[in-house]
This record gives sequence, structure tokens and C-alpha cells, in this order.
Amino acid sequence: MSKLINLISMGAGEVAPEDIKAYQQIGGFEALKKAMSMSPAQIVEEVKAAKLLGRGGAAFPLGIKWEHLLHIEGEPKYIVCNADEGEPGTFKDRFVLRQVPLRLFEGIAIAGYVFNSPKAYIYLRGEYRDLKEKLLSIIDKAKSAGFLGKNILGSNYSLEIEIISGAGAYICGENSALLNSTEGKVGRPRIKPPHLAEVGLFQMPTLVNNVESLAAIPEILLLGGQRYLELGHPDSGGSKLISLAGHCLQRGIYEIPLGRLTLRDIIFDPELGGGIADGKKLKFFHLGGQSGAIGHPDQLDTVYSYTDLRAAGLSVGSGAVVVMDESVSILEYLKAVNEFFIHESCGKCVPCREGNRQIHKILDRLLIPGAATRTDLATLRRLIDTMTAASFCGLGQTAAVAISTAWKHFKSEFEANVVDGPEHYKLAVG
Amino acid sequence: MSTQKELVNLTIDGIAVTVPAGTTILEAARRANVNIPTLCDHPDLGRRAVCRLCVVECNGGRKLKAACANEVWEGANVVTDNPRIRQIRRTILELILADHPKDCLSCVRNGSCELQALAERFGIRKHVFKVGIPAQEPLLHSGTLVRQMSKCVKCGRCIAACREVQQVHAINSVSRSLSYALGTPYNTMLGDGTCTFCGRCASVCPVGAIYENDQVNDIFDILADPENHVVVQTAPAVRVALGEAFGLPAGSISTGKMVAALKRLGFSKVFDTDFAADLTIMEEGHEFLDRLKNDGKLPMITSCCPGWINFAETFFPDLLDHLSSCKSPQQMFGAVAKTYYAEKLGIAREKIRVVSIMPCTAKKFERARPEMKENNDPDVDFVLTTRELARMLKAAGIEMNNLPEAEFDRIMGESTGAGVIFGASGGVMEAALRTVYEVVTGAELPSLDFEDLRGYHGVKYSKVELPGRTVKLAVVNSLGNARALMQDLRAGKTDVDFIEVMACPGGCVGGAGQPYGSSAKVKERIKGIYIEDKNLPLRKSHQNSEVQTLYREFLGEPLSERAHHLLHTHYHPRHK
Amino acid sequence: MQKISGDNFISEIVQKHNNDPQQLTSILHDVQEASGQNYVAEPWARQIAELLQTPISHVYEVLTFYSMFSTEPKGKVLIEICNSAPCRFNRSHELLAWCKEELGIGVGEITPDGEFGIAYTSCVGACDVSPSLKIGEDVYGNLNRSKLTQLINSFRENRPELREPLICQN
Repeated sequence: MSKLINLISMGAGEVAPEDIKAYQQIGGFEALKKAMSMSPAQIVEEVKAAKLLGRGGAAFPLGIKWEHLLHIEGEPKYIVCNADEGEPGTFKDRFVLRQVPLRLFEGIAIAGYVFNSPKAYIYLRGEYRDLKEKLLSIIDKAKSAGFLGKNILGSNYSLEIEIISGAGAYICGENSALLNSTEGKVGRPRIKPPHLAEVGLFQMPTLVNNVESLAAIPEILLLGGQRYLELGHPDSGGSKLISLAGHCLQRGIYEIPLGRLTLRDIIFDPELGGGIADGKKLKFFHLGGQSGAIGHPDQLDTVYSYTDLRAAGLSVGSGAVVVMDESVSILEYLKAVNEFFIHESCGKCVPCREGNRQIHKILDRLLIPGAATRTDLATLRRLIDTMTAASFCGLGQTAAVAISTAWKHFKSEFEANVVDGPEHYKLAVG
Repeated sequence: MSTQKELVNLTIDGIAVTVPAGTTILEAARRANVNIPTLCDHPDLGRRAVCRLCVVECNGGRKLKAACANEVWEGANVVTDNPRIRQIRRTILELILADHPKDCLSCVRNGSCELQALAERFGIRKHVFKVGIPAQEPLLHSGTLVRQMSKCVKCGRCIAACREVQQVHAINSVSRSLSYALGTPYNTMLGDGTCTFCGRCASVCPVGAIYENDQVNDIFDILADPENHVVVQTAPAVRVALGEAFGLPAGSISTGKMVAALKRLGFSKVFDTDFAADLTIMEEGHEFLDRLKNDGKLPMITSCCPGWINFAETFFPDLLDHLSSCKSPQQMFGAVAKTYYAEKLGIAREKIRVVSIMPCTAKKFERARPEMKENNDPDVDFVLTTRELARMLKAAGIEMNNLPEAEFDRIMGESTGAGVIFGASGGVMEAALRTVYEVVTGAELPSLDFEDLRGYHGVKYSKVELPGRTVKLAVVNSLGNARALMQDLRAGKTDVDFIEVMACPGGCVGGAGQPYGSSAKVKERIKGIYIEDKNLPLRKSHQNSEVQTLYREFLGEPLSERAHHLLHTHYHPRHK
Repeated sequence: MQKISGDNFISEIVQKHNNDPQQLTSILHDVQEASGQNYVAEPWARQIAELLQTPISHVYEVLTFYSMFSTEPKGKVLIEICNSAPCRFNRSHELLAWCKEELGIGVGEITPDGEFGIAYTSCVGACDVSPSLKIGEDVYGNLNRSKLTQLINSFRENRPELREPLICQN
């Protein structure tokens, strides 16, 4: 029996992404029809029962978010689909957008119906602009077929979908930054509160959901929330798309049921990763994106679910699984992660802008024999604590997660080059 | 709806506090006498929460909140200081300092720098982090404002002032990550963009990244040259703020001591811009009456404020004919000093040097305008801000507070209350009404106090009854409010006859050249202005005997040809 | 790739986006594409600000915030190579070295004829087919030395039919 499941990925690679008829033949738009026979509150109940946790990375319960927004006064309410998939090593939203865009549009239409939204925006990251024209033409087709646009399925409900292009800023994956960017401004995060549900796009109540989350909605309605929950983990229902990258043999997107597979299955099972390439050994894996934790081979038997990973100090995050073999220096890898965060820091708050910069200097020193002192390690610890506790937004707060988790697993590599130095840094390295 | 705000109870460091809902943790802590450190926060600007120095623990959680950006809630238990928080704040401060030149001794903000004060508070004794800082950095010098961007701590106050309060959009955030900066598009000089030189950016900068062009030493130099006859004029707003630099509370009136101090510095004559303000009212009041009588362009808009003039020329070039053609009091003073006064004393124009003490940075720009020169000789030679005067007095070792009070010199030193209130938003309008009413009706005003027009708030409306006509009035301060009103005017949506605009919140008392501080101080200075007005024996411009003499002996009458030549100007569109 | 179609190409692009300031990033993308050199020159940015009735300081803020925009020419065919961790340890540096051999330029440089430029990019979501690169809007994966030569030649010879961007491999 297959270890995989196909809820979101059903039809991927078999049904042409723009073929409305073919999509209907595999059950497409049945969920939308069903939804429109239900009340918004009933739909929200199903989503709550499914225990779908936000698939973008923050893992906030989608049903709670929907219920909250449902009770907020103010019209119009906007739907914004976060397609700013910026976590390196993550390409599952791209998979959805390329292979099963109609399922996403159906999810958006259902969300739109729940909140009586006149307009939904898809914030498509700039690096995925190659998809934009194609997606627009599929939206047009769905409109002609009566599933989007004016009077959906002959009802009074109408929904326009607009695609907004990003332009290369990871921080726009943060929902408030994403809304600023959608409004044509720079994508720097907003001060919260107020929450986006209350004061969102153009100051109106707004739902921001990830591509994968919205694409999961049709199947939740078709199966029913309870059945969807049962397919996954009792705390978090359904399936998760994981992006497998790095040094395993079979990189790619896999849809797995939550709570059924271990990390070992994911990396080594012949149906999934198939083990490490070139006969090398696994050194570590990086879960959930660059902002996620680094795991050690000792943790391979951890079950892949939100609950189990959290207990092991790991996280699902975006669903990225980056596998690195024994040839990789952990400090070199962390430098790459750190350089990513330096590049992507919006720059406005001190801990993130300046903290990442100083961490880079220390990582540099740790790589040179005799260049770093015990004080450097103490300072590194202090920087990690400061950034994590005091940064303005999630980017800075999680930028050092990889370093602090890797430090636990690879203490000796961190300390290999450290000397017992004086209080001050060595003048030679500055 | 009730305006009474709901009260919220919380504890801060174990102290029970009750504050209105909507109060920030930072503000609530201040009320409990807990001073949470902060660098980016400014009470008159929107919340930004970027320096992160004000982080606090709430309800025992590990996650910290920025006290400046989070409002209190019922039952909150806030901890503002413990070893963990202290270490995090210290690390943040060290990170800021890593990227700062630390040349405090040669910095214009030495002693008034908020970053320096924090370093002192945290007992920073060594610099842990190192970042390459350019040893010699060119100053970005616009003639009025100077920028030194290596000192910038990226707190964003200047942007908030320029973009949100003033809506000038001359500066903005640029780039991101390590290259994140606050600056002009394409790194152009301020003068090449939309900058009005209102100086709000400089007045809110916590460090020495942007400041007025400091000309203290130029004044020492001209005073030292015996060939020069140096006269000084002092704007009304200076006298209620200068004392702050010498430890007096905001709003303290130091007119007499300031005059005495200026005399000690060696000025040949110490004059009062109030005299020129009264003169302005004579011209502007008559201009308004002329427009009323002869179907001139209405509403007429005041032209005393150089930041406002720059703003109008930049953003509303199509509406410039609404502006009064009157020069500002500073420039009327200069023009009269170098003609009438020179003639009367028999001193050649080129020997006279006119120095202004202004609460304003834009006055430095105004004095250099080509229209403000006669044969290329400027009517006003130098402008010092209140802050620069304070530095100059300190440099000269003058203990201003202890000096016996002195009087302004004749023949340009008489002041009425009308001249004094030019210093506060609404004052020009009120002064004009005191004169216009009496000129038109020939009767005395029942009350000289136009309370509707006074106060710190940004938009004020009123009206006054003249024979056969109700004159509708609007007073705005801050350029953001001016923009809204001008857009209405452009759209034909205003119904007023006379508008006063001041670029700075609260008017000139809140000018960007005043001692550093927030609106709380500005409000005290406003009180000082109206006390000074009340205390003066004469409170109407047309009663100023020196002004009367000036007309009798030199100008003829208001709006005469000579008055036009010396006291009026014209405007032209500026580039965007 | 669209070519600059005369002096009013900026106003054409802005009009295409309904003079809507909310569409600023899309406008800048289009202008950059139409520039033929993957950048937005200062006069164009000023014209965009004028047409959208938005301050130039705002346009410049957006232009310098997003890493996909450039204020300097970057070459007609811009080869972008992912430098993030998963690719960096998956032969992206080898790919970069091949590009250098092929074109004689490094990251941030343009060939003397202005035809090619090389830059780093953020993750393009092609981690499963790395080493990969992006040219214009298209992503090319599973590259090796000879495939790269073939790809670059297809641009030199203007033969798009020889290219296999990722989008076509559904």
C-alpha cells in the first residue's frame, strides 16, 4: 500500500491544469456546489472539525481564523492568497499553482463565499512570474464556465480574482508585509495589533491564507471535516505537501498523511526520498524552511506531525525537508542560512538587521582555527536570545533557529576552532 | 458617544496603575514613574517600534512586547526590568552603537544626543561589536540642513515627520537589509527634491544625522570685525523657548534677559521682529481689505512662513495667486533695516549686517532667496535658530538667566501684543483681525481675544462680522493639514476668505529650530506667548508708534509704491 | 521579450495598469522587461511617479526594496542563479563556474556587448531540479555542462525552440 495520499495532488500530472472538464470529472467544483448549499457558519464548522493548521508555516488553526473573521463587522472582507513561497527548499505552492490551480481557485471561491468577499487577491512571488499569464488564462476559463466571476453557479455571489506580482522579498511571506506589498507599498511588516482580520487589506477585514491551505478546502468539504481529520493526526487533520530537496535521491513534492510517516520514511523510503545520493551518509536535515530547526539523524524516528515534531524540537513549517550529507560543514551551511536572512531582512528593526550581521562575523571566525574565543560563543548566544526575543517580526525572531538547534547537535564543530582567548576579540580578525 | 475613555487596571513592575484604554505600555509606565528606555519612539509621531529597546515581559511570557506599540489591557502584568530584559536591551544598544561613528566630541548633538544618553544610562564602557564605518564621510549640505548619514540610527522619525505629518515626501526609506537607509530618492541633495526645509526631520532626529547648518562661528566673526554694524532681530517664538536651553521650564518668558544677552554678545542694536510683524499686519491687513473691496483673489493666504511658501510653490503652483504678496516679518525687517534704518543713522548699506534669531530652519533658506536681495546684497545676512543662539551664548560664557533685563533698542524695537502672537498658530490671523476690524469699522473691538483661533490643534475655523460681510477664517498648522485644505481649495470645496498657514505644528513656537522636545513643550510656549500678549500695553499693530513713524517718514502709507518695492514679493513654481 | 517602443513606452505600460498606484510593482516589472537591459532608469521612474501622481520617493523606495528590481542595467539576457542553502550545496557554484567559462563574466557583471549578465537570485522553487537557473521569467532545471551551453547558445542564436523551461514540463 502506498505511503502517500492524494487529496490536494489528486489529478496532478494526469489532468491538464487548465482543463475544467477534466477537473470536473475527478470531482472538481463539487465542493463549491456543496458549499453554496451550506451556510457560512456550517462551512466554518467543517473546517474547524478538520483541524487544518495553516500550511504556510505558522500552523495557526484555519477554522479558528475563519470563525474569527466571520464574526468581525465590516464590508467588504478581502481574501488574500499567500503565494509568496519564499522559504528556500520549499516548492509545494509552485506545485499546486502549476499542477492543480483549479483546486486552489475552488478553495478561494469557497472562502470568498463564506465571507461574501467581492474580491480575492493572489499574491504571487516575483520569482514565479512565469506562472502568472497561465493562471490568468485559467481564471478566465473558470469564469466562462461559471465557477468564478459574476454570479457563480448562477447565484447572486460574484468573485473577482486578481493576481499581484511580488518582486523578490521573502519578508512579503509575512502576512502584514504581504498586504502592504499588495497595496503597492514596500513589504515591511506592520505593527500588530490591530490584527489583519480586523484591519487588513486597505484597512478592511481580511483573510490571508496560504496556497496549500486554500487548496485543501475543497477536499475538506467533500469528505467532511471529521473524515478529513481522521486521515491525518488527531491534532492536525489531513495531508501535507512536503518539498524534499538536497542530497536525497528522489527530490520532489510528496503528499503525505500527517502523523503516519516518520522522518526516516520520508528521507529513506524508496517511494519517497529513496535515501542519500552518491552512497553518502545523512548528516542533518533542515525542516520547515530556513527559519526552521535543524535535525540530527538521531531524530529520524520522529513521526511527521505537528505535535510530534514540536515535541522533538522540530517543526513542520512550510513542509520543506532539506537533506544534507556528510560532506557538508554545518558552519558553512549555517552561514548560507544566515546570509539568506541578512539578504532578506527588511532592515527596519535593530535586532534583525544588526544581529544577523554580527552573527555572520562570528560564524566566519568560528570557521578559522584560533580566530574565535569563548567570548565569541557567549556573544553568539546573546545575539540569538536578543534576536529571538526582541525582533519586530517572525523573520528576525526565527532567523537564528537553525543556528541554535544545530549548536545542540554539532557542539564539537562549533567549538572546534575556539581558543580560550582574552575578554576582547583578537585584533587580527577584528 | 461618550468621550470618557474606559479605564484599564494593570500592574507595572508590581505597581498598580490605572490608565485610559488605548494608552501604550510605555506611557502607562511613565505614569508609574517607570522610565522604559526608547530611541525610536516620539510622542508626536506614529508608532514604529523599530529600535526594540523598550521591550517588556507581559504576564510572565517569554515573548517580549514593544512597550511603545502595545496598548495596555485589563489585568496585564508588565515587567519592565529584570536581568534578562536588561541584557537584551544592552545587546540592542551595543548593536546600534556598532554601526555608529561614536565621534561624540565633535558632534553637533554632543550633550543633547538621545543615543549618548542611553549609552550613559546603560553604562556602556567598551564597544563589543565592530563594523567598518567610513572615517571621513562627506556632509550632505543643502545650505539650510546638513545630513551626516553615518550617524543615522534608522529610527524612522524623520520619515514619519516628512511623510506623515508634513506630507512632503522629500525623504523616505531606501533599500533594505544592511543597505537600509533613510534618504532622498537617487541620493540627491535635499534642495533638488520636494524638501521645504521646514526642518521637522532635524527637530525629531535623536542623534546628529540631520541638523541645521550651524553658523554660530560666522556670527562671532562678523561681530569681531569693527567695520561691521551688526543688528539683530529676534522672532516672537524665541523668547518663550530660549530659556529651556538654560534649564528654565518651557514657556518661560525670557525677553529681557535675551535682549541683555544679545547686547553682551556685541550686537550694535538688538531689535524685535515683532516690530516687523506689526508692519506685516499693516500691509497684509490692507492687502486683504483691498482684495475684499476690489474682487481680488480669495481666499487670501498668509505668507509669513517660509516652509509653507516652499510647500505651496512645490505642490500648488496653480494656486500661488492666493498667497499674500507680503514678505515675511523677517524679510520686511531686513529690507527696512538696510534702507530706512541705514538712512536714518547715516550708515552705508554694505556696512550693515542683519542677523535673525528664528525658531525656524526654513528662514535660513528664505533669507537666501533671490527675491530677498537688493543688488545681490541680501536683506538678511544670517539666520540663527534658537538652538544655535543658545549654543552661542554658552560658547561666550554668558549666564543668561542671571542677567538684569534689558530693553529692545529703538527705532525697530517696539512691539505690540499683535506682533508677539505671530509666534503661535492662529496669531497672524488674530493680529490681522485686531487691525482690519478697526480700520474698517472705525470702532474698537469688543474683545481682542479670538479664542477660536488659538491652540495647538491643526485645523481651526472661525468668522468675524465686518459691516455688510461675514469674513470666514481658517487656520491650519503642519503642512499635512495645509495639503488637505489646499486640495479642497483646488477642488472648489472651501468656503473661507482668509487662511493662515504655518508649517510647524503649533506654529512658530513649535518651529524646527527651537530647543529639542515634543508638543508638550510647544503647548507651554503657546501659553507664554499669550501671557506676553496680555502683558503688553499695546496689543494692536496699528498702535505701534515706531511703525507709525516709519510710514510717516519713509513709506507713506500701506501698499504704497515704496512699500510694494520693499515689503512685497512674488512666488514661482518650484520643481517637484 | 518586449522592446522599448519609443518615448512613450512608460505611459503605455502605466496605462495598461490603469494608472493604478497599487500596480506599481507590476509596472516596474514590465518597464524592466521592456528596457531590454533588465533595469529601471531614473527618468523612467520619475515619469512613473508623475503618471501615478505618487511621490518619486515612494517609487524609489519600492524600486530599491525588492531584489528583483534594479536601478542599473543588468544585461539583456540575465542569468540568475539561486544562492540559497539547498542549492548552494547542490552544485549551484559549479553551475556558476560553467556560466563564467561560457560568458567570461562573474556575478554582477555584464558581457561587453550587453547581451548577458549574471546575478544571484532568491530560491526559485526549483530545488528538486537543481542545479537550476532562471532567465527572464523562465526556470531551467537539471542542468549539466552541455545543457547549459545549449541553453546559452539558444539565446545567442535567438532560437527559443531549443529551450525547455520548467513550465512546459507539466
